[in-house]
Amino acid sequence: MDELIQTIDSGNTAWILTASALVLFMTIPGLSFFYAGLVRKKNVLSVLMHCFVLTCVMTILWLVYAYSGCFAEDGKIFGSAKYSILNGLGAEPHGNADTIPHELFFIFQMTFFIITPALMVGAFVERIKFSAMLWFTGLWALLVYVPACHTVWGGGIFGEMGVQDFAGGIVVHITAGVGALVACIVLGPRKGYPDTQMMPHNLPMTVAGTGMLWVGWFGFNGGSAVAADGSAATAIVVTQISAATAALTWMFIEWFKHGKPSVLGIVTGSIAGLAAITPASGVVGPQGALIIGLVSGFICWYASTAIKAKFGYDDSLDVFGVHGVGGFIGTLLLAFLGAKDALDGRGDFVAGSQFVVQLKAALAVGTYTFVVTWVILKVVDAMVGLRVDEQDENSGLDVSAHGEAGYND
Amino acid sequence: MKKIEAIVKPFKLEEVKDALAEVGVVGMSVTEVKGFGRQKGHTEIYRGSEYTVDFLPKMKIETVVADQAVEDAVKAITKAANTGKIGDGKIFVLPIEQAIRIRTGENGDEAI
Repeated sequence: MDELIQTIDSGNTAWILTASALVLFMTIPGLSFFYAGLVRKKNVLSVLMHCFVLTCVMTILWLVYAYSGCFAEDGKIFGSAKYSILNGLGAEPHGNADTIPHELFFIFQMTFFIITPALMVGAFVERIKFSAMLWFTGLWALLVYVPACHTVWGGGIFGEMGVQDFAGGIVVHITAGVGALVACIVLGPRKGYPDTQMMPHNLPMTVAGTGMLWVGWFGFNGGSAVAADGSAATAIVVTQISAATAALTWMFIEWFKHGKPSVLGIVTGSIAGLAAITPASGVVGPQGALIIGLVSGFICWYASTAIKAKFGYDDSLDVFGVHGVGGFIGTLLLAFLGAKDALDGRGDFVAGSQFVVQLKAALAVGTYTFVVTWVILKVVDAMVGLRVDEQDENSGLDVSAHGEAGYND
Repeated sequence: MKKIEAIVKPFKLEEVKDALAEVGVVGMSVTEVKGFGRQKGHTEIYRGSEYTVDFLPKMKIETVVADQAVEDAVKAITKAANTGKIGDGKIFVLPIEQAIRIRTGENGDEAI
């Protein structure tokens, strides 16, 4: 027992305790505010409600099975239930994080499990039925996030192939982005989209949320080092550089194209950069981060404006355009920018072969997510129906689903 | 008695209130409204989607004055609210049948 406890490093433990709080803060209230400010006033509470209830539901699901499904040391795709309700948790740390207590690894990873379905909220705002939202996200978390996490981080098939995903480019952003895309297509657009004006009702709230996300991301990427050391420092350095670069890229594109640099543009750009650097934050250096920021700023802008307009899907808050596309970009670029002889890469892999691994894993998880999300939605639709009726959508979800108004003055 | 309804640019409210006070009009109600006449709206862009905003914010001032005070009041409002640019607003004069002061029960010209 004494030898086991000696492997626990108090510095690492302190940092990951902090990082857990930071990542939880990203959901409540970071992402909550980011999304809530972007919808119309009559739906502000429903968005906050979605993020809040998901935080609670995912906590329970993580405890009851999902942690075990992700990180049990067995199973190629789904882990066993050996750690369900933390029954099998002994004094030993988990192999992925052997200098911090097992329970700490449990809660740190829980915060990732919480934010991933919360990201999808942005695709079905203003029209989804509350019960359908609960069913869909609950089933999705168990059937999509768990195998994605297990196969990439939990010792499953992609981990064995040597895939690099430091903090969740595949596990978080690609799954959420693709899931969101499917959801917004199956649910259909908001009534009146795209001809009716649906302007953000509170951009200051969105900007505040962005700041919370950006700061919290230091815990997201920096904490994924699972240690208070140089790799955590590198992770937050490249996170900062990618976020700032992508933000400026988006801002300058809008300035050039529309004549005015916008607040919504610059904050969205920062999120694109943050999503893209997530998988790469363990292996790229600052120069690589600059490139990732530039590329993701541009491509995510294009995906969220031109591509979305062309195909006409109502990805209301650009979850696919920013997180899905951003995560994909970082997942692939890290093969080149993080390789042994690359720019200032710190990885120990060869670009060409690593790229193949990255692509395989990204496409496999993306495809699986696409199909399973679609099936879950169809099942939930048959069970309870996915959308509120037209009158409820018109009066707004706050009053129709929750019996409240956001602002009573 | 007549009711004067004036729609003016929001930043002109204080000036109009002061100008009315100078001609002896000290009671009024003010509402925030949106509207347009010949003034064009503007365009806003959110993540590449353009929105035209046609309805512009204005202030509506309502005040009830005695018949003999109307001409001075209208002149005062016109002078104070004028910028010379499109969108300065309009003044309407309507007849009032009766006016009552709630506290004392006075009516007619004594009430305004």
